[in-house]
Amino acid sequence: MDSLLDKRLVLVTGKGGVGRTTVATALGLAAARRGRRVVVCEVGDQQRLPAMLGEVSANGAEQELRPGLFGVTVDPERTKEEWLRYQLKSGTLAGMLGGSRVFQYLTAAAPGLTELVTMGKIWDLAQLERRTEGAVYDLAIVDAPATGHGLAMLRAPSTYAGVARVGPIRRQALIIDEFVRDPDTTGVLAVALPEEIPVNETIDLEERLRDELGVNLHATVLNSVHPQRFSADDARRLEALGEKGSKEARAAGRAALSEFRRARAERAQGRRLRRATRARVITLPHLFEPEIGPDQLERLSRVLERRL
Amino acid sequence: MIETWLEGKEVCVCAGSGGVGKTSISAAVALGMAARGKKVAVLTIDPARRLAHALGLDELDGEAHRVDAPVEGELWAMMLDPKRTFDDLVAQHAPDERARDAVLSNRIYLELSNAVAGSQEYMAMEKLHELHREGRYDLLVLDTPPTRNALDFLDAPRKLAAFIDSPSLQLLSAPSTLGLKLLGRGTGVLFSGLRRATGVDLLEDLSEFFRSFGGMVEGFRERAQEVNALLADDRSTFVLVTSPREDAVDEAIFFHRRLEEAGLPFAGAIANRVRTSVPAHRDGLAAEMEAALGPDLARKVLRTWGEERVLARRDRAALGRLRRRLDGAPMIEVPRLDDDVHDLDGLGLLDEHLFRAAQRGRRRSDGR
Repeated sequence: MDSLLDKRLVLVTGKGGVGRTTVATALGLAAARRGRRVVVCEVGDQQRLPAMLGEVSANGAEQELRPGLFGVTVDPERTKEEWLRYQLKSGTLAGMLGGSRVFQYLTAAAPGLTELVTMGKIWDLAQLERRTEGAVYDLAIVDAPATGHGLAMLRAPSTYAGVARVGPIRRQALIIDEFVRDPDTTGVLAVALPEEIPVNETIDLEERLRDELGVNLHATVLNSVHPQRFSADDARRLEALGEKGSKEARAAGRAALSEFRRARAERAQGRRLRRATRARVITLPHLFEPEIGPDQLERLSRVLERRL
Repeated sequence: MIETWLEGKEVCVCAGSGGVGKTSISAAVALGMAARGKKVAVLTIDPARRLAHALGLDELDGEAHRVDAPVEGELWAMMLDPKRTFDDLVAQHAPDERARDAVLSNRIYLELSNAVAGSQEYMAMEKLHELHREGRYDLLVLDTPPTRNALDFLDAPRKLAAFIDSPSLQLLSAPSTLGLKLLGRGTGVLFSGLRRATGVDLLEDLSEFFRSFGGMVEGFRERAQEVNALLADDRSTFVLVTSPREDAVDEAIFFHRRLEEAGLPFAGAIANRVRTSVPAHRDGLAAEMEAALGPDLARKVLRTWGEERVLARRDRAALGRLRRRLDGAPMIEVPRLDDDVHDLDGLGLLDEHLFRAAQRGRRRSDGR
């Protein structure tokens, strides 16, 4: 199987709350360890990456967080202004139009323009010759929006190419579309939890990627999987313990049984995911720790690197 | 507890970030209120398949279905289709069929109804308003769309109204040459700039859109105002759903502030998937476990126990932070269950915590 880290662009998507940022960051750490110059890109107005690595955020601007590992936030509104300046090749005109409320409404109404511009910026981050200011990277990893919106973003270049009637932008949209659909340059990584809803969304995502974009999901990272610590026999013995013993012993027994049931339910969801999807499933362990910080990300990145 | 939050309320909006179990909580609140004799409808978007099945929602048809549940009142469930709601609204306000079809097939409209940020959220509110006006239910529970921001819908009615209302845009609904003359030379620059910047010649689509939409603008604006009024009314209330995860708590705090700024009624927060407080470690526990279970199993149990206590403390710390930021607003804690909730039995488990949590919750926090 071709390595995900050898591509130029990796898009990490999945349901809200499944740990997309964690996985994107861990992947970035793994790539940097292998000597790649890598940028992890957040989309929207969030900047969680620097804080997760214990650094102070540079307000979304490109910043080096670890040797070889960079972070940046692509804010659609700011990116749209950048795009306008680039397209109009005139700061004055861009400033004048950008400040017009009507113009803002109209660009908001241009089908998929915001998504296209966001994809354009992401594409630019993955290019060896950048159009906008900034360093050059071997690999760009995108902490993409949740499934539905993430798909809309991926689809934007081809939608837009169909809608745009004027030459240069249509051409640009086609170039971006080709890049994100080419398995040699771009990989899509899904993140899921071993639970009902995220597994459903992942199955749906793989199907829609294939049907709507002709793209195969590279792999699914099944995140936060509990270890199979207790056997069915253990569980029977714990149940037999029942209400005997001290208060603490009973509570500890209940916690162990709960852990057993959770791990069992998770395994069933993992099986369901593997049966229903073609893409490989890579598991990351649940970390029994108060928070995900630099040390935890480092550990996850090593597991991820081994299993990729 | 939550029954006191919902006393005299006709609309309950459950809001929160993705992955906190908002759909399950919304459904459990609706089921619980139905069990207490109310006629309740829960409106949801894309619930988990098994939960949908349990609620009798096998297809997305935008219709309310009666849920076969042993309750004193009635439980109805409905899966929202925002695009369809928008289309219905257009059909309702269109003066004739031609105007309706012109709008429904217009590129600007298609974009507006499908993808413009907030329109999906707004349509959820619109449907809520429609159902409220029909008055067939005692209580409507809305599970808000799982947007990244989870708050966009607060701005959506205003944005939509502003878009439709923009005076310079409305001029375009006049025959286009006249409109352009009135707008003056600036418009030429505007549209050629727009063409160069976006590659889309929007003028034709826009004037067509506003020509056919012209007659509906007033109706839409009125509706947007009514929806806003309904959400601010004291018959409505917002419930914040969160989990003890740090990022979910951050969103909940942010959301609470936004609600206050917008002057919207807030009932309280529901913290879902909480590790309930655990008793302190005791000397001799290891020996006791070992005697009862043997060394191997005892070691595994104690390890699990130790981890559970660490995570439970983290949950307490996160919820303590939330509680301080809620300025005394009430909070219900729902413990983490062994499996995710996907059927009526699972919803029943949540019921106990949502509806009878008051005393126990208070005692627990006082005792610390």
